[in-house]
Amino acid sequence: MRKAMTLITNGFIWFAERFPIMKMWREHMSEYYAPKNLNIWYYFGALALVVLVLQIVTGIFLTMNYKPDAELAFASVEYIMRDVSWGWLMRYLHSTGASAFFVLVYLHMFRALLYGSYKKPRELIWIFGMAIYFCLMAEAFFGYLLPWGQMSYWGAQVITTLFSTIPVFGEDIALWIRGDFVISDITLNRFFALHVIAIPFALAGLVVAHIIALHEVGSNNPDGIEIKKHKDANGIPLDGIPFHPYYTVKDLFSVAVFLLIFAVIVFFLPDMKGYFLEHANFVPANPFSTPEHIAPVWYFTPFYAILRAVPSYSWLGNQFGGVMAMGASTMILLFLPWIDRSPVKSIRYRSVAFKLLVAMFVICFFGLGYLGMEQPTPVKTILARIFSIGYFAFFVGLYFVSKYEKTKPVPERVNYK
Amino acid sequence: MSGASFDDSGVDKDRRRFLTTGVSVVGAVGVAAAAVPFVSSMQPSEKAKTAGAPVEVDISKLLPGMKMDVKWRGKPVYIIRRTSEMLAELDKLADVLADPESTSEQQPDYARNHYRSINPEFLIMVAHCTHLGCSPKFRPEQAPEDLGADWKGGFYCPCHGSRFDLAGRVYSGQPAPANMPVPPHRYVSDNVIVIGEEEGTA
Repeated sequence: MRKAMTLITNGFIWFAERFPIMKMWREHMSEYYAPKNLNIWYYFGALALVVLVLQIVTGIFLTMNYKPDAELAFASVEYIMRDVSWGWLMRYLHSTGASAFFVLVYLHMFRALLYGSYKKPRELIWIFGMAIYFCLMAEAFFGYLLPWGQMSYWGAQVITTLFSTIPVFGEDIALWIRGDFVISDITLNRFFALHVIAIPFALAGLVVAHIIALHEVGSNNPDGIEIKKHKDANGIPLDGIPFHPYYTVKDLFSVAVFLLIFAVIVFFLPDMKGYFLEHANFVPANPFSTPEHIAPVWYFTPFYAILRAVPSYSWLGNQFGGVMAMGASTMILLFLPWIDRSPVKSIRYRSVAFKLLVAMFVICFFGLGYLGMEQPTPVKTILARIFSIGYFAFFVGLYFVSKYEKTKPVPERVNYK
Repeated sequence: MSGASFDDSGVDKDRRRFLTTGVSVVGAVGVAAAAVPFVSSMQPSEKAKTAGAPVEVDISKLLPGMKMDVKWRGKPVYIIRRTSEMLAELDKLADVLADPESTSEQQPDYARNHYRSINPEFLIMVAHCTHLGCSPKFRPEQAPEDLGADWKGGFYCPCHGSRFDLAGRVYSGQPAPANMPVPPHRYVSDNVIVIGEEEGTA
C-alpha cells in the first residue's frame, strides 16, 4: 500500500516537472482570489459549464446511433428512444440540457447587467461571452434540424429563407447555406457536421478564452467594486477568498441543487408540455405540409417576435426589415459595455431610472418571449410592436440615463454579512 | 546571441519591411485562394442540381376544383384545376390584392395574366409563401369559420397568416410581400405538362 502511494506521488512529481500543472492550479484555483460577497447570481456560470460538459458527453453517445440522412434520421431517433439501452436518457438529457443551457446563460447575462460585470476592465469577458451565446444559438438551430421532424424541417426552412430576404445576394446565400433548392438531405448532413464538430470546437475555445480573460482581471461582485484596490502585505485582496476550496464547494452545492431540478424535468417532463420538445416534431418532416402552427423553441421566441413585429410590406418590400431588427436585437447586446456609460457598476448604487429601465427590459423580453410562441392576431401583433420598441428603447434609454443619472456613493470595501 | 542585446544597427529596415509586407500579402492571397474550394464545396452538388431537373405530369385525372401536389426541385408545386366559378371570382378581387396584374417577377411572361397561367383552368404554382417559405394550405371553400366571412377561397399560410387568392396573388397588407411564384412550365399536350421547362428551350 505504501509502495503504491509512493509510486503515485513519484509519478505526479515526474509529471509536474514536465507540465505546469501546479502553476495552473494555483493561478486558477487555490490562489485565484474571488470576492467574498458573491451571491446566488454567481452560480450560473459554473452551472453552464456543467451543462456544456453534459451536452458534449450525451452528444457523443447520441452520434453513436444517430444517422444524418433524410431517409434514416427520424427513424434513428425513434430507435435511440426505443431500442438503444438508455438511449432515451441520452436524448432527454441532451434535449433538456439545451433548454437548461439557455436558462442558465440568460440568468448569467442578466447578472452581468445587474452588477455591471461587462464594464471596464471586463469588456472582453463580455464579448467572449456574447460569442459563446451566438455559438449556442447556432448550435441550437443546427441541432434542431437533426431529428428531422416537422418542426425541424419548417423551422429550418423559415430561418434559411430569412437569409434570402437580404437584398441582391440573399437567394445565393440561402442556396449556399442549404446546399440545395430546399432543406434536404444535403442540408441535414452539413448541419450535422456543424452541430457535432465545428461549433462545439469553437465553443470550447471561447469558454477557455472567457475564463482566462476573467481570471486575468478578476471577478466582479454584487457591490461592483474592485477588490484589488485593497490588498494585504502579501498582495492578496482583503476582500478576496481563494476560489478553492471556498467557491468550488459553493459551486458543488449549486450543482447538486441544479441536478435535482434537472433530473425531475428529464424524468417527468422531458417535453415540458411542448416548450422543450415541440409536439409537431414527433411527426416526420414533410416538405408538402407545413404544420398548423409553427414557432421556434422558447429560447428564440423573443427575437422571433421582433422579427414578426416588423411589417414586411412597408419597407424594402419583404421581411428584410424584420430580419435586420431581429439581428440588431441580439447584436446590440454586444455593445452593452459602451452603451452603459455609468462609472458605477452595481444596480445597488444606481438610480431609480436605471432600475425602471431594467424592469421595462425584463417585461419586454418576457412579453416578446410569450408572443413569439403565439399565433399572430391583430392585438398580439400590436403588443409585439410595443414590446419590440420597449426592447430597443432600453438601450437608448440606458445610453442617456447612464450618463446623467444620480448614483449613490459606492463603498470602499464589499458588504458582507 | 541573446535577443535583448542583439545589435540591429546594421539592419536594412526597408528590406525588412518589404519582406514582411510581401510575405503577409502573398500569405493572405494564399489563404483566400485556399478558402475558395471550401466555400464552393457548400454550393449545391452536381447531384442536387440534377435533382432539379424538369418533371412531367399527367393532369387528365385532376377533377375541377381539386388540387394535386408535384415535387419539383424538392419544392411542392400545386396544380389546381379551377372551376368557372372560381375564375369568375378572380375577376372581382383587383381592389383588395397587392399586385393584381402580376407586375413583379414572380412568373414567366406567358403566365403574366389575370389567371397567372397558360390555360386559365390550370394554375401551376410553387407552394412556397413569399414571406418565409412555409407552404400555404389550399382552402377553396367560401367563408369558412376560421378564415372569416370575406374569404373567397384561396391559399392560407399557417405560419404567419398570409392570404392569397386562387391565382396565388397576395392580398394587400399581408406579411407576404409578393404573389406566389409560377414555375416555368409548358404543355406537351392538353393533358401533359412539363414543370421546369419552357416552350422553345426543350
